[in-house]
Amino acid sequence: MSVFVPALEGGLSQLDVLEAEGIHVLREVAAEFERPALLFSGGKDSIVMLKLAERAFWPGRIPFPLVHVDTGHNFDEVLAFRDQRVAELGARLVVGSVQDDIDAGRVHEVPGGLRNPLQTTTLLRTIEENRFDAVFGGARRDEEKARAKERFLSFRDAFGQWDPKNQRPELWNLYNGRHNPGEHIRVFPLSNWTELDIWRYIVREQIEVPSIYYAHEREVFVRDGMLLGVTPHSQPRPGETVETHVVRYRTVGDASCTGAVASPAATAEQVLEEVAATRLTERGATRADDRASEAAMEDRKKEGYF
Amino acid sequence: MSGLLRFATAGSVDDGKSTLIGRLLFDSKTVFADQLAAVEKTSADRGDDYTNLALLTDGLRAEREQGITIDVAYRYFATPARTFIVADTPGHVQYTRNMVTGASTADLALVLVDARKGVVEQTRRHASLSALLRVPHLVLAVNKMDLVGYDPSVFHAVVSEFRDFAASLGLPDVTAIPIAALQGDNVVHKSANTPWYDGPALLEHLETVEVDRDHLGSRGARFPVQYVIRPMSVELPDYRGYAGTLATGTLRAGDEVVVLPSGRRTTVASVETADGPMSHAVARQAVTVRLADEVDVSRGDLIAAAEDAPTVTSSLEATLCWMAEVPLVPGRRVLLKHTTRTVKAIVTELHDTLDVATLSSGQAPAFALNDIGRVTIVTSSPVFVDDYADDRTTGAFVLIDEATGATIAAGMVGTVLGVSA
Repeated sequence: MSVFVPALEGGLSQLDVLEAEGIHVLREVAAEFERPALLFSGGKDSIVMLKLAERAFWPGRIPFPLVHVDTGHNFDEVLAFRDQRVAELGARLVVGSVQDDIDAGRVHEVPGGLRNPLQTTTLLRTIEENRFDAVFGGARRDEEKARAKERFLSFRDAFGQWDPKNQRPELWNLYNGRHNPGEHIRVFPLSNWTELDIWRYIVREQIEVPSIYYAHEREVFVRDGMLLGVTPHSQPRPGETVETHVVRYRTVGDASCTGAVASPAATAEQVLEEVAATRLTERGATRADDRASEAAMEDRKKEGYF
Repeated sequence: MSGLLRFATAGSVDDGKSTLIGRLLFDSKTVFADQLAAVEKTSADRGDDYTNLALLTDGLRAEREQGITIDVAYRYFATPARTFIVADTPGHVQYTRNMVTGASTADLALVLVDARKGVVEQTRRHASLSALLRVPHLVLAVNKMDLVGYDPSVFHAVVSEFRDFAASLGLPDVTAIPIAALQGDNVVHKSANTPWYDGPALLEHLETVEVDRDHLGSRGARFPVQYVIRPMSVELPDYRGYAGTLATGTLRAGDEVVVLPSGRRTTVASVETADGPMSHAVARQAVTVRLADEVDVSRGDLIAAAEDAPTVTSSLEATLCWMAEVPLVPGRRVLLKHTTRTVKAIVTELHDTLDVATLSSGQAPAFALNDIGRVTIVTSSPVFVDDYADDRTTGAFVLIDEATGATIAAGMVGTVLGVSA
């Protein structure tokens, strides 16, 4: 692989093609649905998706609210970034709180403190309470094998469930968003992007991302081969020693299960070079929640996960 | 040379499609260390004799259990020369529906045959569907050459038979490559086992094949309006822009255009993106168009080159690929989605079906799942179409079941595979 992006005859690079495709999907859904919403976590993929939304409706405002499913296990830098973007765009932010669902007894904390599996309940509740009929997510097909089979417009039944064997065929650039009341569609405008494309685009468009994506000193400890930061939500157990390392994050999920990688990459350009040379997928390197089983992602998606 | 190639793979069960994709990902060093480790572990657990690279693409639980590919899987890999999007389509049940889906956006079709079996019915189906969907390039990968001792006469016999069939389809460009996906012969690297083959390895061909989109630039502009942008803000009280993706041609300020269905003529005032006005837009760019005159334009309308506009019609002769379990019978009411326009429609007549394996046509009172045939469709309001043979965007449509919302047919305007009865 290479950082080098070949130019296209006629001026369209591969990033231009992917950007246009994402904008096309955003506009189609905004035009055909009553109540869309865009999932915005402050992570790099949702940041790029939000940038496409900003461009799609320019010079108008983004015609739908942003939704954050808040595990309560956040990186402070990411929350601050989220609020800054919302203010810049003059957007409306809807926060669905996992803590609310825990307090109400709808879900229970699992041993080990991982809250990612609990997000499904909060997400579905937030969709239902706000009567959202289309929800944009920043998932990419290259992330995981089950996602590789998902459509741009992914149909969910009244229980929020995905049926991988019964998906609508997606032909040409004709997206079918027809649905009944109570059903909704998940929409993935970045389906065809790879992690490398995300970073190429961040570099090209000079997009700001939370500082934890870049090298910084942090107190970490090793668990299951991952570097976990010391936060109120992730504390070393007996026998795990805390050391200070220069690290950065490749994804920003639940702070209790997202690992850092040792890295000196301090700018978007340096991260891009590092990503181009890397030999581990981002989920494999840093997400404890996908390690449970070979089909972990498929199982969670069927239940209504992102 | 273009930086992105979309290709669709097709083959019968056990032709080794997924193995080939796994090999391309692995040998181009796209497969990551942890993915490979997971696959090696699963292979060992299953007692496979070798690392089963098909497990890289078969991600769903049922697929792993049954050793088959259920749905179109999209895979991504990149070399210094190009980025590739692979639509890996299953070779068994629902094959037509999945292959048509994968081929609809493909620049190139990769058809696999087993060297021991040669051209079989499935091979002909896949070639026909590639021709039907107007995929510009086709690669015939003759796989499992190791199992025929890398015998050139076997390869040449398969290729010769395939070329005869391809000629009858009018397939524009066929490249044949002898490979052994399991061993990696001629996949990424030229193989020493086939000294008699002087063409490129598969990856080299994929990196260098010309993706011909010139015809998109030389035809009249087609701009389906997706969304009307009206900020109605203090700063921009009167701004009105038409957002969409240019399907065909080029569009620049000053161009004379016609708005369909109204037929009003006007001039393009500007073509812009969030970066500001641009000199011109080319096909596939997502832009916003502003017009010189106040014309009534809404979603589903088409802005087209004034002197080269498409046909405005409420009656279509089209070729359908039927994708529903419930058979299609004359009089069926549907929704028809064409570009950004969705209209009510009735399939009034079924003319004939095409057997894509033999290219013979026949009469059919109804179309069953996976049938391909010619129909007449009447729409409740006009659509603005080109023949699919001329334009893969403005010639394409889908039919939707109004009650269930399911996508029930892929449609192509005109007679796409002209075959006499």
